[in-house]
Amino acid sequence: MKKWVFWLVALAALAAMESSLRGLIGAYNYQIVILVGINIILAVSLNLINGYTGQFSIGHAGFYAVGAYTSASLVFYGGPAIRGATAFLPQIAQNAVLLLAGIFAAAIAAGIAGWAVGIPSLRLRGDYLAIVTLGFGEIIRVLILNIDAIGGSRGFSGIPQLSNFFWVYLVVLITVVTVHNLVNSSYGRAFISIRDDEIAAEAMGVDTTRYKVMSFVISSMFAGIAGSLFGHYTMYLHPNSFLFTTSFYLIIMIVIGGLGSIEGAILGAVLVTVLLEVFREFGAFRLVNFSILLVLIMIYRPQGLLGAWTLFRPRKAAPAAK
Amino acid sequence: METFLQQVINGISQGSAYALIALGYTMVYGVLRLINFAHGDVYMFGAFMGYYLANIPWIESRLGTSAASAVFVMLGAMILSAGLGILIEQFAYRPGRSATRFTLAFWFGVLGAGGGQLVGQTFASVVLGAVVGIAVGAVLEWLGIRPVRQESRLALLIIAIGVSLFLENGGQQAFGADPKFFPQIIPTTSLNIGPLNLDSQRVIVLLVSLALMVVLTVIVQYTKTGKAMRAVSFNLDAAKLMGINTDRIIAFTFALGSALAAAGGILVSLLYPRIDPLMGVMPGLKAFVAAVLGGIGSIPGAMIGGLIIGMAEVMAVGYGQSTYRDAIAFVILVLILLLRPAGIMGKGMIEKV
Repeated sequence: MKKWVFWLVALAALAAMESSLRGLIGAYNYQIVILVGINIILAVSLNLINGYTGQFSIGHAGFYAVGAYTSASLVFYGGPAIRGATAFLPQIAQNAVLLLAGIFAAAIAAGIAGWAVGIPSLRLRGDYLAIVTLGFGEIIRVLILNIDAIGGSRGFSGIPQLSNFFWVYLVVLITVVTVHNLVNSSYGRAFISIRDDEIAAEAMGVDTTRYKVMSFVISSMFAGIAGSLFGHYTMYLHPNSFLFTTSFYLIIMIVIGGLGSIEGAILGAVLVTVLLEVFREFGAFRLVNFSILLVLIMIYRPQGLLGAWTLFRPRKAAPAAK
Repeated sequence: METFLQQVINGISQGSAYALIALGYTMVYGVLRLINFAHGDVYMFGAFMGYYLANIPWIESRLGTSAASAVFVMLGAMILSAGLGILIEQFAYRPGRSATRFTLAFWFGVLGAGGGQLVGQTFASVVLGAVVGIAVGAVLEWLGIRPVRQESRLALLIIAIGVSLFLENGGQQAFGADPKFFPQIIPTTSLNIGPLNLDSQRVIVLLVSLALMVVLTVIVQYTKTGKAMRAVSFNLDAAKLMGINTDRIIAFTFALGSALAAAGGILVSLLYPRIDPLMGVMPGLKAFVAAVLGGIGSIPGAMIGGLIIGMAEVMAVGYGQSTYRDAIAFVILVLILLLRPAGIMGKGMIEKV
C-alpha cells in the first residue's frame, strides 16, 4: 500500500514539475537538468558493476550507444506503424507508447550486447578487463559508424522527440530504487562478496561468473535505457557522442562521488555535468580546470567525496577497490 | 606483389612508431602497475615541441633542412618531453606514494598561469597568475592539506585519466586548437630498390626507431640503472629493501618512456605532418593495445605488438575498408586477451590466495 502511495506521489510530482519547469528555469537550464538525469542513470548503473561488483569496466558508452541507436531506429522506422496501430489513443499516449517501446527495445538490445561482451571478457580481471571493455566499446562505435541505415558517420537525424523531464526522472527514480533494492538483496550481497574477495566468494559457493555476468547485463540494460532517453531528447545521434571519453567521464563521476555508493554516483553525475557547464564560458580552460580538480580530488581524497557513505541503511564501510 | 611489399614497408614504419609509444606504456606499467593514459598526450607534446624547436628563427636560418637540424629538433623534443614525464610523475602519481611537497603549489601554479593567459594574454599576466597560484597552494599546504596515502590503484588510474585530459585541454589552450603543419626537417628523396619505391622519410623513421629500441635495450639490460628498473618492475618493495631509490628509478622510467614517445611523435609527424592537441588520443590507445598484445611489462613484447598493430592497420586500409581502421586494433586485442590473456611475450601471473 505504501509503495503505491510513493509512486503515485512521485508521478504526480514529476508531471507537475514537467509542466512548469521549463518556464521556471528556462530552456537552457532545462536541458542541463535532463542531461544530469541521463548521467545519473548511467552513473548509478555503472556503479553496479564497477562499485558493487568490483569489475572495472570502461566500455559503458558502448551499451549507451546500442540503446540509443536501437530505440531511435525502432521509433524512426517502426514509428508510423506503431502510431497507426494506436491511432485511437490521444497524441500524448501515442508518444508514451512509442517511447516505452523504444526503451524496452533499447534495454533488450543493450542487455544482449552486455551479455555477449560479458561472457567472454568477465573471465579477465583488473586492467585487462578494463581494456577489453574499452575495446568492445570502441568496436561497437566503429560498427555503428559503418551502418548506413542509421546514419553512419553523418549521424542519425530526424529522431522524434519523445522524452522529457517526466520520463527521464521517472527512469532515474526507477534506476535508483532498483539498484538500491538489488544491492540490498541476496544478489547484491553476492555482488559485494565478489568485489571484496572473489576467491573467498567462490569458496562460499557463490557462482561468481553468473553473478558477474548478471551484474554486467543489468548495468548495460540501464545504460541502454539512458541511451534511448538521450536520443529521444536530442533528436540527433552521432557515434562521436559515444567515444571512450564518454565512458571516462562516467568513471570520473562514480569515482569522484565515491565508488559503491548510490548517493556518491548521483552526486558525481550532478557535479561533473554541472561543473562542465559552469566552466563552459572559459573555453578550453574549462576542461583544464576540470581535469586539475579531478587530479587534486584523487590525490587528496582517493575514496571519493562521499566514500562509501550511504543515506539509507548504513552498512559496513566498503574498502576502496584494488 | 609490389603493392603488397609496399604495404608491408608502410606497415613496418607505422608499426615502429606505435612500438615507440608502446614501450613507454609497458615500462611504466612494469614499475607502477599503472595504465598511464597520459602517455599518448606526451607523444602529442613531443610533436609540438619538435614543431616549435624547428621554427626557432635561428635554427631555421642556420640549419634549415638538414641532418643537423633534424638531430637538434629530435633530441630537444625528447629532452623536453622527458622533463614533462618527470613533472607528471612527481606531481600527479607520486603524491600519496611517497611524501612529496608542493603538489598543491604546482597545480595551483598551472591553474594560475592558465587563468593569467585567459585574462591578460601577455607573458607578464601568465607569470603573475602562476606566482599567485603557487603562493596560494603553498599556503594551503602549510595549513596542513597533504596528500592521502594512496592505497587504491583505481584512484591512480583516475589521476592518469585526469592528467591526460589536462594535457589535451592544456595543449588546446597553450598551442591553439587548430592543426599545425610540421616542417620538413629532413630532405625527401625517393629510393628505388627494384620495383619498390621508398621515400627517405619512411626509411629514416624505420631506422631511427630501430636505433632507439637498441639503445633502450642496452640501457635496460646492461646498465646499473636498467638493472634497478628491472628489479623495481619485478618487485617494488623488495627493490626498496635492497637499497634501490625506487622513486628515482620510477622518475627515470617516466623520463625514458616520455622521450621515446616524443621521438615517436616527431617521426610520425615526418610522415603525416598535420599535428593538433588531440592527435595523441587514438595512437596512445592503440599503442597501449600494442603493449597489452605483446604482453604488458615486456619490452620486446611492446615492439612486436606495435609492429603487429601497425601492420594490421595498414593492411586493413589497403585491402579492406578504411572506415574499420580504428576497430582493427581492438578486435586483435579482444582476440588475444581471450585466447592468451598474458599477451604474446607476457608471463602468466600466479595468483596467491
